[in-house]
Amino acid sequence: MARAVSTRRKLTMTVLVWLVALIVFFPILYTIITSLKTEGEAAAGFSMIPSFTFESYAAVLDQQDYFRPFFNSVIISIGSTLVALLIAVPAAWAMAFTPTPRTRDVLMWMLSTKMMPAAGVLVPMYLIFLNTGLLDTLLGLSIILTLVNLPIVVWMLYTYFKEIPVDILEAARMDGATLGKELVYVLLPMAVPGIASTLLLNVILAWNEAFWTLRLSTDDAAPLTAFIASFSSPQGQFLAKLSAASVLAILPILLLGWFSQKQLVRGLTFGAVK
Amino acid sequence: MGSITLEHVNKTFGGHQVIPDVSLDIKDGEFVVFVGPSGCGKSTLLRLIAGLEDTTSGAIKLDGVDVTDKGPAHRGLAMVFQSYALYPHMTVRQNIAFPLKMANIDKAIAEQKVADAARVLNLTDYLDRKPRALSGGQRQRVAIGRAIVRQPKAFLFDEPLSNLDAALRVNMRIEITELHQQLKTTMVYVTHDQVEAMTMADRIVVLNAGRVEQFGTPLELYKSPANRFVAGFIGSPKMNFLEGAAAGKYQAEAIGVRPEHIRLSRDAGEWQGRVGVAEHLGSDTFLHVHVDGAGLHTVRTGGEDDYHPGEQVWLSPDPNRIYRFDRAGQALR
Repeated sequence: MARAVSTRRKLTMTVLVWLVALIVFFPILYTIITSLKTEGEAAAGFSMIPSFTFESYAAVLDQQDYFRPFFNSVIISIGSTLVALLIAVPAAWAMAFTPTPRTRDVLMWMLSTKMMPAAGVLVPMYLIFLNTGLLDTLLGLSIILTLVNLPIVVWMLYTYFKEIPVDILEAARMDGATLGKELVYVLLPMAVPGIASTLLLNVILAWNEAFWTLRLSTDDAAPLTAFIASFSSPQGQFLAKLSAASVLAILPILLLGWFSQKQLVRGLTFGAVK
Repeated sequence: MGSITLEHVNKTFGGHQVIPDVSLDIKDGEFVVFVGPSGCGKSTLLRLIAGLEDTTSGAIKLDGVDVTDKGPAHRGLAMVFQSYALYPHMTVRQNIAFPLKMANIDKAIAEQKVADAARVLNLTDYLDRKPRALSGGQRQRVAIGRAIVRQPKAFLFDEPLSNLDAALRVNMRIEITELHQQLKTTMVYVTHDQVEAMTMADRIVVLNAGRVEQFGTPLELYKSPANRFVAGFIGSPKMNFLEGAAAGKYQAEAIGVRPEHIRLSRDAGEWQGRVGVAEHLGSDTFLHVHVDGAGLHTVRTGGEDDYHPGEQVWLSPDPNRIYRFDRAGQALR
């Protein structure tokens, strides 16, 4: 009897999980389906069955250079992530292992910058970029993405570092390790899962960031977000082409997420399950 | 060589004074145990010696050299932590070799030293395992192995046995004592367990609220405690204390009698009482006796003695083994 109940419960759970997953994934699925339609089909209304044509992809790649924005995206998302990690590792180390009574306030203050609407500082940021010549440069976009994501990177690393017993770092000090060696031989290897998932998540966030990248770049440094936007034209919507461009833009990150999902899940639930 | 000298060491945490003023002289090769109730500052004192905490004032000297401002990496001491603090991502071999790697010791020599340490500690078969695949006792031995390979000036132990079960704790206690006899290196050992202190130490430092209450050999502390705190802390079961008229008879504010120094009788004696709980250990029996007007007292008696709860008994202290204390709790001699 007990077994029957548990089987039914399992079945219900499975159906529910699939349902939720489908709802979450549906927009992406529909984008993919639309990208495989003709413009006529795409404009005709809701339909789940495309004609499986690749003409939109061909048209998109014909109209616009894909590889330049692709490499721009790669450079700014990986570049900004590495710089953010370089700054965040020492910051998180200090706050996790030598906290002061004000540490929580500092962390809150960092997070509070994420609560502010970005549009509120758009004009001053634009003027700063304009005056320093950072507008439409890869360096400028990398800097802004580093700044935008730094609070999250610090918070994530702080959370992972908090899970590492301070005893182990003290043992390393007693064993003759200097600060640098303590970080390289003990802390970082132990934090690899946390650092890896922080890195992955930050690359994804940076890749998808559209507000700043669209406004602070025009051509030279324009990443894939701009590539998509260029197909949303005021002369009329070309839904199939727009979808094809979107699929091309998210494909790399989708693949990255797919292959690293184990690492991502492990990192995001780190410390939650003992 | 490894003598450790503390001169007027003071430690304050955010306005709260943990160690007011401690001066100690630990001789080379000595096994010294810091013992006291939790929160007495014994671990802090050890961490100050280790260099893991900064002293607020005072000086710490190793072999006469002032190391107060040196970091833990530069003091040449080794420490064994309560949590073992093994590096989880390294094998046993890498764990033990870590201090040698930090000291840039030649690889071949390091390997030899690791092998030697592993043999002494019965870890040879486990060298390629990760710490998580070891039992508590084995992890403890790895932590000790990591400490001994570097031949430090002194070993610091911070409650190393408290995470082990009772039987293993007794074994490890003996192993550490034997290790000290072999190596003849200074060891400073922190524990809250007075049995560990009594059985392992050459000399014991009894700490209370950051102050050194007494520093002496186990038997000195047992036979002539400097004050009521030490008298109550050293010895198992604890010393019984009486105040008021019972103490006034001996010209003291309070008197103390150890459970093993009380004679028990069914007929006559100094204090009358009623047996509460009887704990039969086989070798001994501990009777908890409600003495009229003087509260609960513990008496140690022979293992075969058969006293029952509720029974009326008489207690007589051994007149030569009565400890007398003044109003401030200091021993009267």
